[in-house]
Amino acid sequence: MKKSLLNFFKRIEPDKKKSPFLHTAYDAFFTFAFTPNTTTKGGVHIRDGMDLKRLMVQVVLALQLCYLYGTYNIGQQHFEALGMYGGFFEGFHLKLFHGLIKILPIFIVTNVVGLGIEFWYSAKRGHAVEEGFLVSGALIPLIMPPDIPLWMLGLSVAFAVILGKEAFGGTGMNIWNVALLSRVFIFFAYPTFISGDEVWVSDIHKIKDIGYQSVQYGWAHHFFDWIFSGFGWSTFGSGAQPVIDGYTGATPLALAAKGGWDNVLNVYSTHQMWWGDIPGSIGETSKPLIILGALYLVFTKIADWRIMVSMVLGCTFMGLIMNGMAPDQITADTENIFKFMAVPWYYHFYMGSFLFAMAFMATDPVTAASTRPGKWVYGFLIGAVGLIIRVWNPAYPEGWMLAILFMNTFSALIDNVVLNANMKRRQKRTAAVSS
Amino acid sequence: MKNKANSLWLLAMIFLPTGAVMGQSGSSGSNILIYSLIAVAVLIFFYLLVQVADNLLAIEARQSGSQRKGVNYGIFPRISEIFAPKLPDFVEDSPVTVLKRGHNILLQGEAAARIDESVEAQTFAVQPFNFKGIAPIPKMLVEVGAEVKAGDPLFFDKANPEIHYVAPVSGEVIAINRGAKRAISEVVILADKTQKYRSLNAPDPASASREDLVKFLMDSGAWPLIKQRPFNLIADPAETPRDIFVSTFDSAPLAPDQNFVVQGREAAFRKGIDVLSKLTSGKVYLGLNAKSASVPSKAFTESNAEVRWFYGKHPAGNVGIQIHHIRPIGSKDKVWTLGVQEVITLGALFTENRFNAERIVALTGAELKDPVYVRTNIGANLGELLKDNLKAENTRMITGDVLSGRKSGPEGFLDFYDDQVTVVEEGDYYELFGWLLPIEPRPSISNSFPNFLFPNLKFKANTNSHGERRAFVVTGQYEEVLPMDVYPQALMKSILNGEFERMEGLGIYELVEEDVALCEFVCTSKQPLQQILRQGLEMMREQG
Repeated sequence: MKKSLLNFFKRIEPDKKKSPFLHTAYDAFFTFAFTPNTTTKGGVHIRDGMDLKRLMVQVVLALQLCYLYGTYNIGQQHFEALGMYGGFFEGFHLKLFHGLIKILPIFIVTNVVGLGIEFWYSAKRGHAVEEGFLVSGALIPLIMPPDIPLWMLGLSVAFAVILGKEAFGGTGMNIWNVALLSRVFIFFAYPTFISGDEVWVSDIHKIKDIGYQSVQYGWAHHFFDWIFSGFGWSTFGSGAQPVIDGYTGATPLALAAKGGWDNVLNVYSTHQMWWGDIPGSIGETSKPLIILGALYLVFTKIADWRIMVSMVLGCTFMGLIMNGMAPDQITADTENIFKFMAVPWYYHFYMGSFLFAMAFMATDPVTAASTRPGKWVYGFLIGAVGLIIRVWNPAYPEGWMLAILFMNTFSALIDNVVLNANMKRRQKRTAAVSS
Repeated sequence: MKNKANSLWLLAMIFLPTGAVMGQSGSSGSNILIYSLIAVAVLIFFYLLVQVADNLLAIEARQSGSQRKGVNYGIFPRISEIFAPKLPDFVEDSPVTVLKRGHNILLQGEAAARIDESVEAQTFAVQPFNFKGIAPIPKMLVEVGAEVKAGDPLFFDKANPEIHYVAPVSGEVIAINRGAKRAISEVVILADKTQKYRSLNAPDPASASREDLVKFLMDSGAWPLIKQRPFNLIADPAETPRDIFVSTFDSAPLAPDQNFVVQGREAAFRKGIDVLSKLTSGKVYLGLNAKSASVPSKAFTESNAEVRWFYGKHPAGNVGIQIHHIRPIGSKDKVWTLGVQEVITLGALFTENRFNAERIVALTGAELKDPVYVRTNIGANLGELLKDNLKAENTRMITGDVLSGRKSGPEGFLDFYDDQVTVVEEGDYYELFGWLLPIEPRPSISNSFPNFLFPNLKFKANTNSHGERRAFVVTGQYEEVLPMDVYPQALMKSILNGEFERMEGLGIYELVEEDVALCEFVCTSKQPLQQILRQGLEMMREQG
C-alpha cells in the first residue's frame, strides 16, 4: 500500500523548472504525506523525532476543543438571543450546523488566502513551504467574531501574511504574531465594525424602527432544514425572528466597561462566563477547554509555562493595583471607569480573551522573548499592560491583542538585556578567575 | 544587606494593595480576600524572622572558624537540598556538582563488559585531519614501503617541527592517501605480527624539568594526545596551561565505560597524571561520575589530581561542561584536556619506556551482532574491527558516538581520539505520515511522543533526519539540554551574523562541537549547530 502510494506520488511530481508553483505545492503535500528520506550529514548522526510539522500540529491539536465548542457556541448564542433552545442539548443539531455554516467559510477563506500566499512566496524563493501558517490558519478563525464579513477576513489575512511574515523572510523571522496582526488589521481598518455590540452574536442584526432580529436564513440553512425534516427533527425555519426583550448582544467586558461587575452579573452569571456560554470571538469563550489546551502545550513543552504563569502574575498584580485605586464606595453616580477598576481582579480572568491570549498567542516562540529570564519579564509585562489597555482604554474594553503585539516589539530588547547581563557576568568571572 | 532590602520591598508590595482592598471591602464585603492576604503577610513575617535567625546562625558558625564552602549551617534544608538526588555512598562527603539539564539518549547495542581478544585489526592509519590546527599537508618523513616501528615519527607540521606525529604500530607503510586539494588524509600502516617499539629514554618525571618533559613528549609522539581549549587544537608547547582537565566518564550514547577501560592500566594512568601536573601552572582536575552504578576505579579516586564529582545526564561527562563548572575558560586562558586512554598512553611512556598506542575500543550499536569491547591500537581499520559482526548491509559506521562522531566506512579508520565505534541503520527511506504518527519508536525529548511513559526504553535509532531544515523557531530547547550558563541559540545567531564581540561575550571560547551536539540532536529546526560553532571558532581563531 505504502509503496504504491509512494510510486503514485513520484509519478505525478511536476517539473521543478517548468512550473515552480506547482512543484512547491506538490512538495508541501508530499512531505505532508511522507517524511523525506534525507539522512544526517556531518554533525549528529541521529536526530530527535520532533520536527516543525509535528510541533505545529500539536498546537492545532490543542485548539481542537476550542473549535468544537466554538462551533457549537455560535449556534448557542444565536438561538439564545432569540429565546429558543435554552438547554445545552435542546436543538443541538441546529446549533451545531448553524455554527458550521458560519465557521467553515471563515476557516476556508483564512487558509486559502494564507496558504495561497505562503505557497506563492515559497515558489518564488525556491524553498520548501514552511509550516508556520498551519498554526496561524488554525488560530485566526478562533479570534474572529462569527459575523466577520469574508472579504474583510481575506484582506486581513493577506495583510498579516504578506507584511507581517513574508516581508521579514517567512516562518521564524517575523517580529509580530501573525494571527494577531490579522486581527489588529481589522481592529484599526474597520473599527466601527469590530467594536460594536452586534458582531459577537451571529446572524442577528438591527433593523431601523423594529430593533434586533435574526436575518433571513440562506440556502445552506434551507438545505439542512430539508435533511432535518427528513429525520423529523426541528428545523431552522425561515428566520427573521425578533429577539427576546432586553437583548443587546454585549459581551461581559462591554458590560463591565459601562457599569462594573454588577452590570455584568445582571446579564451573565459567573458560571456562564466560566463555561463559555457568552458571546465573543469564536474560540475564546470557554475557559476550561482553553486551560486544557494550555496544559497540553505545557506538557509537550511546546509553549513555555513561564510565559503563562508570569502573564497571570502580571495581570493579577495590575488587577490588585486597580482594585486598590478604585474608590471605596461604588454608587450609581460613580464614573464608569472607576466601576470597571473596581471589578475584583480575579474576575478579569472570566471575561474576554485573557486565557486564550495567554495559552496560544503570547507563547508563540518566534515572537516571544527567547531567554528564560526574558520570558518571565515578557509575560509579566503582557499581563500588566494588557489589563491597563483593557480597563483604562475608553474606546475598546480589551487589551491582550495590543499588549502582546506591543511586547512582541520589545521582546528582542528584553532578550538583549538578558544576554548583555550574561556577557557581563562572563567578563567578571573571567577577570576573577584569571587574576 | 541587599537581601533585606529585597524583602522589605516585597512586604511593601504585599501590604500596599492590602490596605486599599481593606478599605474597599467595607462596602463590598468580600472578606476572604482580606483574610487570605493577612494570612500571607503573617506567614511572610514569620518566614523573615526565621531567615534572620538562620543567617545569624551561619554567621556565628563562620566566626567560630568553620571554613567549608557550600555547607548549610542553617536550621532548614535548602530547597536545592530537598530536591537533591540521593547520591551513592562512594561519593562520601565530597561536594558534588548536580547538573539538572541534559538528556540521556538510550540506544540499543551497548557493549558487553568483556574484551573479545579474537578481533584483530591489521591495518592502522594516522589521519592528519584529526589534529586541529595543523596544516592539511604536513611534511612527510616516510614513504610508501618504509618499515616503521611503533613510535617512529611519520610526519610533522611545518609550523611546529618538534612535534612528531608517530606510528601507532610497527609495520610497513602501505599507502599515503590524499583527499581534496591533495591534503593527506591517511598514512596507512600494515602491522607486523609481533610489534617492535622505538626505544625511548624517558626522563624521571619527579626530577626532570618542565622543558625536558615537554621536549620528550614532543619527540616521543605523545604531544598530540593533548588538546588545548579554546578551539580544541593540538596543545601549543610554548604555552603553560592554566589547568589540565580530564573527564573520567563519558556520558554520550553507548559510550565505553572508562572504569572498564582503565582496568589493568591503573599505574600508567596515575603516572600520566603525575606527568601532567608537572606541565601546568595550576592543577590537574579529574571529573568523576557521581551517578554511576558502580564504584569508580581506584585509578581515578586515588591519584594525585584534584577530584570533582558531577551528577547529571549527558553532557555531564563532557570535559567542556566540567571545565565550565570547575574553572571556566576566559578569553585569554589556555587549558588542556585529555581523555582517559590518552593519559594512559602518556603515562606508559614513562612506565614502559615505549609509545604504547593500545586502545580498548567499544564496538556499539543496534546493527552489531555482538556489541563488545576489543583491544586494538590508535587508528585501527573499522572494517577489520567489525568483521563478521554486522547484521545488515545498509548501515552507517561511525568512529566515535552518534552525536559527535564522524561518518566512516569499512575502508575508514578509527579517529585518533576515539575509543568507540557505533554502527546504526541508515534511515534513507520515506515514512508515511512519519511526522504525525511514527510507527517505530524513536528517541526524542518531546513529550508529544509516548516516550515519557517508558523512561528506560532503549531505542533503535536510524540516521533519518526526521524532518527538513527550517529557520530557528523553538526557543529554550537548547538550554534544556546544556548545563551551562550559555545561551546557545543567541550564540549561534551571533556566529551566523559574524558578531565577534558578542560571540566572545556569549561564551564561544567555552564550547567545542561535542558540547553542543546534544543541542543539535534535539533541534526541531534541524540546524547544523556543530558546523555553525566550528565556523565561529575558526572565525575567532583567524581574528586573534
